[in-house]
Amino acid sequence: MAEILELDNFVCDFKEDILTRLPAANLDLCFTCGTCTGGCPASEQFGMDPRKFLRMLLLGMDEEVKKHPWAWVCTMCARCKTVCPMEIDIPKMIYNVRGSWPREDRPKGIRGSCDQHIRSGNAMGVPSEDFAFTVEDVAEEIRAEHPGFEDLQVSVDRAGALMALNQNSREPVTEPDEMGPLLKILHIAGVDWTYPTVMWGGENYCMFLADDEGWKYITEEFVYHIENNLGCKLVVNTE
Amino acid sequence: MRKFNIPHSFEFKSIIELYADWIKDGTLKVNSDWNKDLKIKFTIQDPCNIARKIGTDKIVNDLRFVLKRVVGEENFIEMTPNRSNNFCCGGGGGALQAGFPEQRRAYGKVKFDQIMATGADYVIAPCHNCHAQIEDICEHYGGHYRVVHLWTILCLAMGVLGDNERTYLGPRLTKLNVLERRQVSDE
Ligand code: SF4
Ligand code: SF4
Repeated sequence: MAEILELDNFVCDFKEDILTRLPAANLDLCFTCGTCTGGCPASEQFGMDPRKFLRMLLLGMDEEVKKHPWAWVCTMCARCKTVCPMEIDIPKMIYNVRGSWPREDRPKGIRGSCDQHIRSGNAMGVPSEDFAFTVEDVAEEIRAEHPGFEDLQVSVDRAGALMALNQNSREPVTEPDEMGPLLKILHIAGVDWTYPTVMWGGENYCMFLADDEGWKYITEEFVYHIENNLGCKLVVNTE
Repeated sequence: MRKFNIPHSFEFKSIIELYADWIKDGTLKVNSDWNKDLKIKFTIQDPCNIARKIGTDKIVNDLRFVLKRVVGEENFIEMTPNRSNNFCCGGGGGALQAGFPEQRRAYGKVKFDQIMATGADYVIAPCHNCHAQIEDICEHYGGHYRVVHLWTILCLAMGVLGDNERTYLGPRLTKLNVLERRQVSDE
């Protein structure tokens, strides 16, 4: 027979712990309407869904919640939060659940990319010099071969440029030719721009890893470089 | 920067907003004549990060403005739901690297069906996670659409896209509006 739950005797340490960090997450207000689950594409994966996950947290099933792999299947897309009548912040809850995993147990792929980013400024682990070389190489080919673009200029870390361009590290590494059209558009638009080479990868795996410290470090280094070394007034993301 | 309260004096924008500004003020001269007879269909994946998560549809509306101008209004087909009510592609939040491909693809089936329902030939997915995931589910579920960068289509519409910049375009677009490259000797 199913166990009867004593409603007054719940020990919900993990929930309390999350709530001290997320006082506005409203976790206790869930009335199990299921709207979140109905519109969540991660529902049913691993037999889990957002309402159920939250329920387990509210019932104090801390150990189950803390090691359930579903925390890595939910993409923290926030669709549930947007439709929840009680404005319960499920994605931030999931972020905190991820953060409760020992760092070495979090998915290797995400962790590796986060570590690379901390070490080399981008998730692919490309040295800044190689990035600078690739960019110049693509530009050189365009100048030589593409009529109308003989004057196309690119630069890295040019102090005083109006705009800094923040790009995902995948193109320069795996398919540099795909960058050509972007460089051409910036040329036609006559923009005064440069590529920063400090924390230049536009991706953010430390956020996915729920590594607050790594995420903060990357952001601070980037902001410092833009503000103090380059003085750009505008940072533009290519996405 | 918001999360950690890091003070900064620069402004942060998506390049999509700049494309829209540049088209409006005539800096980028684009048109959709190339697609008048071809009628190649495009749809948009609204990345959660620039749709729902920023609290305004400004960027995704700019995205529609730009795309309609370069492919023709009638050749743009919306997915349903869209903008801030979109479905996540299933590749976000690190899912592509999380090591649960089966679950990630089951999640992505929702997106795949949505794309197939538009009948579009091309998907513009201005986020690297979306881009990679949408390509992956296309292959996995046997779809026939292609995923391309907006900048590729912008250059195509301006007649400045070289033959070497068309890796992801289909046969109907490989020879269209090509910027003829100069022959450079190898010496
Ligand atoms: S939508 Fe909100 S209130 Fe309804 S079940 Fe989900 S979390 Fe609970
Ligand atoms: S944030 Fe997670 S739980 Fe909420 S809708 Fe997205 S995938 Fe589902």
